[in-house]
Amino acid sequence: MADTVSHTLSEDKAPEGPKFVFNWVGRIGLAVIVFWAIVAIAGPFLAPHPPGEIVDWDYFGPVTSEFWMGTDYLGRDIFSRIIMGARYTVGIALAAVTLACTIGVLLGMIAAVAGGWFDMILSRLLDAFNGIPSLLFGLVVVAAVGSSIPILIMTLTAIYMPGSYRFARALAVNINTMDFVTVARARGEATPYLILREIFPNILGPVLADLGLRFVFIVLVLSGLSFLGLGVQPPNADWGALVRENIEGLSLGAPAVVFPSIAIASLTISVNMFIDNLPTLIRDRSE
Amino acid sequence: MTRSFLPYILVAQRLGIAFVTLIIVSFAVFFATAMLPGDVAEILLGQAATPEAVAGLREAMGLDEPALSRFVHWLLGLAQGDMGTSYVNNIEVAELIGGRLLNSLRLAAVVTLVSVPVALTLGICAAMWRGSIFDRLVSLLTIFVVSVPEFMVATLAVLVFAVWLGWLPALSYGVELDSWSAMLRAYAMPVISLSLVVSAQMIRMSRAAVIETINTPYVEMALLKGASLSRMVLRHALPNALGPIANAVALSLSYLVGGVIIVETIFNYPGVAKLMVDAVSTRDLPLIQSCAMIFCVSYLSLITLADLIAILSNPRLR
Repeated sequence: MADTVSHTLSEDKAPEGPKFVFNWVGRIGLAVIVFWAIVAIAGPFLAPHPPGEIVDWDYFGPVTSEFWMGTDYLGRDIFSRIIMGARYTVGIALAAVTLACTIGVLLGMIAAVAGGWFDMILSRLLDAFNGIPSLLFGLVVVAAVGSSIPILIMTLTAIYMPGSYRFARALAVNINTMDFVTVARARGEATPYLILREIFPNILGPVLADLGLRFVFIVLVLSGLSFLGLGVQPPNADWGALVRENIEGLSLGAPAVVFPSIAIASLTISVNMFIDNLPTLIRDRSE
Repeated sequence: MTRSFLPYILVAQRLGIAFVTLIIVSFAVFFATAMLPGDVAEILLGQAATPEAVAGLREAMGLDEPALSRFVHWLLGLAQGDMGTSYVNNIEVAELIGGRLLNSLRLAAVVTLVSVPVALTLGICAAMWRGSIFDRLVSLLTIFVVSVPEFMVATLAVLVFAVWLGWLPALSYGVELDSWSAMLRAYAMPVISLSLVVSAQMIRMSRAAVIETINTPYVEMALLKGASLSRMVLRHALPNALGPIANAVALSLSYLVGGVIIVETIFNYPGVAKLMVDAVSTRDLPLIQSCAMIFCVSYLSLITLADLIAILSNPRLR
């Protein structure tokens, strides 16, 4: 049922041409995202020097043929550290955004279908959580329980889950009133079936776009926390921590500050570019 | 219920929601900091403390009471201006925060004064000449600023204004504020960085608000009857876009809360955010709680203000 409906929808939206067409801005964005994903997975094989080892006695070294992005405040190779940092930044953000969106979307769909008290209390409670500035929430939690990678992931999940809930609930409420859901309900389908087979396929597109934007926010807050020294702890470093470590080199214009910043910007901007240029078919399917 | 009462009911409703939110937020702040770390008395006394000493301190601090009653005590105290005493140096938290809060508010005020006029001008102009080179340039720059972390904006500002141009000191560590120019120089970098962060949001939102009004039939009518571009935007579209724009300004200013934490830390600015980040490293819980509440209250007020403006400026509700 859901399949036939989405089929007619897609025919309305895109009468001609192939199904998923990306323009060149979206393609560049996708290419950079794939690039960083590969770097994060293959990190140890790509790094020319051990990331934690002091390889050069000259700190804040310039860009040379041996050290492609210069050296940091201790004389470690920045290129290798950025490659390893990709694991932390991309890995933690990906884990957090997956958790946040899974929980948020599930709860949102349940609230939309169940309605009533459950919906009201959950919505009010999670809206209240949205009233806490995200960086501040991270600060308070880290102050209380200290910083480790599981805690960072859980904190970031807690910060971004309410937004995901709100988004999914709003979409699901719209779908829930549509005829095919009413028909399924009249047919006697159980609530889990309604949620997973009727509603979920129809909000999937916008939810994925929302997941991408949330990923950017999480990368930003994670880098911010690490920059304040409350994120990934030394000797490991994500990109935010790399900027913090080398901030003293700023007045020297050291490449050690510049390249981690470029890495963060390239990731967040390319995700934005990719999401902004998604075909409308995926983005606004519910409208 | 007549229609003319509707806005007041909505406003009252919105204020009620804000109040409930504030209670829940303070609950979250209190329990995140006070419940999780285990025993505050043990942390305070250090590893060498005897069990008797820990028990004594627990009793003196009222830690034996149930958590809920401690929460109520804390909240009531906070409402009366009693923020408790710092764990680290036994000074009243209110005393520690007082001057710092003034510094932060001064920074926020200067940033607001700088960013609002600039951002609104740029946003409205970009909407007026939509699709032009100017509009694309502004959009590109704002997307860049929005999608990179705040500390990177600050770092770039230092790189441009201090390292390459050499106009300002890179990091104003312990600058003595004895003269006008020294103070101006100390303020300049934090203000520039924060203004950039806040205006980027504001430009995007005000541009969107104006464009939405331009797209309505009555503005198109104005254009068709021969009104010039500037007359169409400034005379016909802008008055109706003022509500959404004011809403956008209040929402963007809520980005000050996150931005100020980073910017005060980078530039060593003696404000509440710096105090809080320092308190996190010494695990000074009463100080953290109070600072967190200050930020939450300002954030909530700005968001609520934005919503109230949206309600009150909507003529359909009158």
